[in-house]
Amino acid sequence: MIEIEHVRKSFGQLEVLKGIDLTVEKGEVVTIIGGSGSGKSTLLTCINGLEPIDSGRILIDGTEVHAKSTDLNKLRRKVGIVFQQWNAFPHLTVLDNVTLAPRKVLGMSRAEAEEIAERQLTHVGLGDKLKTFPGRLSGGQQQRMAIARALAMSPEYMLFDEVTSALDPQLVGEVLDTLKMLAQEGMTMICVTHEMSFARDVSNRVAFFHQGVMAEIGSPEQIFGDPQNPETRKFLSSTRQ
Amino acid sequence: MFNYTFQWKQAFARLPQMLDGAAVTMQIAILSMVLGILLAITLTMFRLSGSRILSAIARTWVEVARNTPALFQIYMMHFGLGSFGLHLSPFLSILLGITFNNAGYLAENFRGALKAIPETQTRAARSLGFGAAGAFGYVVLPQMLRIAFLPMTNQMVWAILMTSLGVTVGMNADLYGVVQDLNALTFRTFELFALAAVIFYLITKIITIGARLIAARLFRY
Repeated sequence: MIEIEHVRKSFGQLEVLKGIDLTVEKGEVVTIIGGSGSGKSTLLTCINGLEPIDSGRILIDGTEVHAKSTDLNKLRRKVGIVFQQWNAFPHLTVLDNVTLAPRKVLGMSRAEAEEIAERQLTHVGLGDKLKTFPGRLSGGQQQRMAIARALAMSPEYMLFDEVTSALDPQLVGEVLDTLKMLAQEGMTMICVTHEMSFARDVSNRVAFFHQGVMAEIGSPEQIFGDPQNPETRKFLSSTRQ
Repeated sequence: MFNYTFQWKQAFARLPQMLDGAAVTMQIAILSMVLGILLAITLTMFRLSGSRILSAIARTWVEVARNTPALFQIYMMHFGLGSFGLHLSPFLSILLGITFNNAGYLAENFRGALKAIPETQTRAARSLGFGAAGAFGYVVLPQMLRIAFLPMTNQMVWAILMTSLGVTVGMNADLYGVVQDLNALTFRTFELFALAAVIFYLITKIITIGARLIAARLFRY
């Protein structure tokens, strides 16, 4: 369970998170929508401790992420994250991209790590690209590789930060299909996305962020069908065009 | 006006000695590169450490190495340290002098190469559970070495040529030192040094071609 309590976060003068409260249960898929600068992506990087927070706290299975005593490197094995810019390691083959962390962080043998990596890569449809370098892959393929790389650490939670935003339109579908598949398999996920139909299809709950505040949260039917907050209505009508 | 008689035979007769010298030259250059790369990586990390003292040490090193004559740097290793009672052999003096120079130049190259690697690479590695050292060692360092590979090759060539400065601190086992001694013995100055220059040229050529082959094999991405 991920518990976010009264989280505030500023970059200099700019307060990007103004007291966020959100609890995500095991097995749940929560998508976060909202305009740019609403603090959605910042929240994700705070959840796995890549960014410090100013006040409040975030608990993952009861462990406080930003407590001094928390071993972040250990905690991050539990929480996978995939970014908008897929950040493939260009000097490693697709297979080595995925086996690197299991081998060097978890201490797996090469054979063991490769077995897992091959399974994950096949799972995301890259079983035939094992020996390829990321530079030769399309954006969508690199993004799927990044997903497999995170999954190879067998995380219990996955965070997706606008994973389709940097992709050509025709490549968005293959990545979203991968996410849908994960959701159906019961992975606990928080997805920041601009893909409204995706949010509607896979989420248990949809949260709308506006200027650092979670303006509204509810079932996809409620958020898309009967939004209560005027800002949500404004945002949704602007994205429908 | 031009009545010099070339006596190439005499020079070529000394070729085996010169090749022995060339082996020592190679030895110095390779050792100074290995040490120089390790030191340059250390200096680069000093600069990134955020510590003012470490960063100042690194910056001073780079400034001195790049902005003073290599001859001065080698002199300091031998006569400079000698004044403080620390007497290094000619071999060690030239080796450490060139190493100092290599480390300074390479540290600057590495710093430039690091700038070309996006911060997000470290972020991605950290998010997979790597600590700062792991992220640097497994993700950033290999990419840095690739970007800096060509400058490293240049520095290797420069290291070979710098060995010729060893004669100034009494080094006579390397290629240039051997030729210097032979010259004193035979006075076939032009022939001996011309032959030495050809050997230097061939060594550096082999190194640049070899480096290109290594790069093609190592950096397939």
